[in-house]
Amino acid sequence: MSKHLNLTLHVWRQKNTNCDGKFVEYPAENVSPDMSFLEMLDVVNEGLIRKGEDPITFDHDCREGICGTCSMVINGRPHGPKERTTTCQLHMRSFQDGESITLEPWRAEAFPVLRDLMVDRTAFDRIIAAGGFISVPTGSPQDANALPIPKVNAELAMDAAACIGCGACVAACPNASAMLFVSAKINHLGQLPQGQPERYSRVRDMIAQMDAEEFGTCTNHGECEIACPKGIKMENIARMNRDFLKASITYRPAVVGGGAG
Amino acid sequence: MSVAEQSIAGAEARGHGFLASSVGRKIVMAASGIVLFGFVTVHMIGNTQAYMGAEAFNGYAKFLHSMLHGGGIWIFRAVLLLATGLHVWSATTLTLDNLAARPVGYRAQQNVASTWASRTMRWSGVILAAFIVFHLMHLTTGQAHPAFDHANPYANFVSGFKVPAAAAFYIVAQLCLGLHMWHGVWSFTQTLGLSHPRYESLRRNFATGLTLLVVGVNISYPVAVITGFIH
Repeated sequence: MSKHLNLTLHVWRQKNTNCDGKFVEYPAENVSPDMSFLEMLDVVNEGLIRKGEDPITFDHDCREGICGTCSMVINGRPHGPKERTTTCQLHMRSFQDGESITLEPWRAEAFPVLRDLMVDRTAFDRIIAAGGFISVPTGSPQDANALPIPKVNAELAMDAAACIGCGACVAACPNASAMLFVSAKINHLGQLPQGQPERYSRVRDMIAQMDAEEFGTCTNHGECEIACPKGIKMENIARMNRDFLKASITYRPAVVGGGAG
Repeated sequence: MSVAEQSIAGAEARGHGFLASSVGRKIVMAASGIVLFGFVTVHMIGNTQAYMGAEAFNGYAKFLHSMLHGGGIWIFRAVLLLATGLHVWSATTLTLDNLAARPVGYRAQQNVASTWASRTMRWSGVILAAFIVFHLMHLTTGQAHPAFDHANPYANFVSGFKVPAAAAFYIVAQLCLGLHMWHGVWSFTQTLGLSHPRYESLRRNFATGLTLLVVGVNISYPVAVITGFIH
């Protein structure tokens, strides 16, 4: 069995959105290298509770890397030092004995801190509500293969749909831009026939909502792509920009009272 | 602002115009950037005539002033002024938005993918704006020149670069231009949606090659004057 670790945590503690926060130092002793990062925090929190202190608040849910709930910036990198990994999938063997670890919440005007390391990401939900859907009457399932989809488009759509909406792209972006997230959502629908009817209104609506939420704008640093635990590519942003340009040139204002038909 | 209020604000903003939107202003930045990088490339090519002697260089200057009965240069100037204005406007408003989007920074920020060039675009841009003003007063209007002669651009060019401070500022500005172009040329392809895995290395190499060519040739002018190769 490998050696246990003794670590020093510098954790952002903030009581609520309106209070000022500060960094507080906590020792994390006798940490098994086989623990996940969140399990390590669970152990630290048990110690805090036993001492009668407030445990460190952090978001988590499925703990298997698919729900997108866990967050936190670990030593300046969202979800920690390993690529294609969420915080819950990060193991303590990625750290050295005696290391200092700085834990900060996602930092963005659009993601207000609720408490400690937990931020409010409902801005993402409002962007989805603005256009990240298709409007179809659901009924009995149609024949399989009734809609032919080229394999390459199916793969591009699936790659974009892998986005779990965790917000690491916003956290990693020096401008707190949400364009990787928004472009992934636009492209996973835009690649498929079901997404075509609303393709060009969707891109305008979602970008307008993204702007209204006061996210920053992309300056093509590429930090988001490296930070994304699901490997969403910046190519999606280029494709979103292309759709936005076309939509801006060709859109027609809605006719009050309907068209001549 | 409550969630409901924000949703309404978003719904109202959905009608918002191209120039008010983030991506719209990025496209303005990219399109004006193409005009400006196209200009510096043509400017660099035209100025290689300095190596062909005073007659060729002054003849080229005369051609620029006389084409389209003297109207050509004013068309160029108007387009460049418009492109510069749009570029500065979009850069300023987007930068202010970006600063507002992260009011509290990280204590342990790590940059993994970004480059020094991409992180200093704002600084290289501001230095270039100051340089453009100096460069025009130095070699176009002459206020910043020790012995300006409107009839002899070649002499202005040679005596202008003999002033060490002017040559030094010129070289520093060219290095800033290099950083700005290297990120900017790649960046405009991304912003205009020209991204495809098959052409990924092509657009990176295009940005690198064009930057090295423009900056290399431009820096050769003051170096050639100082070393006496052009006299």
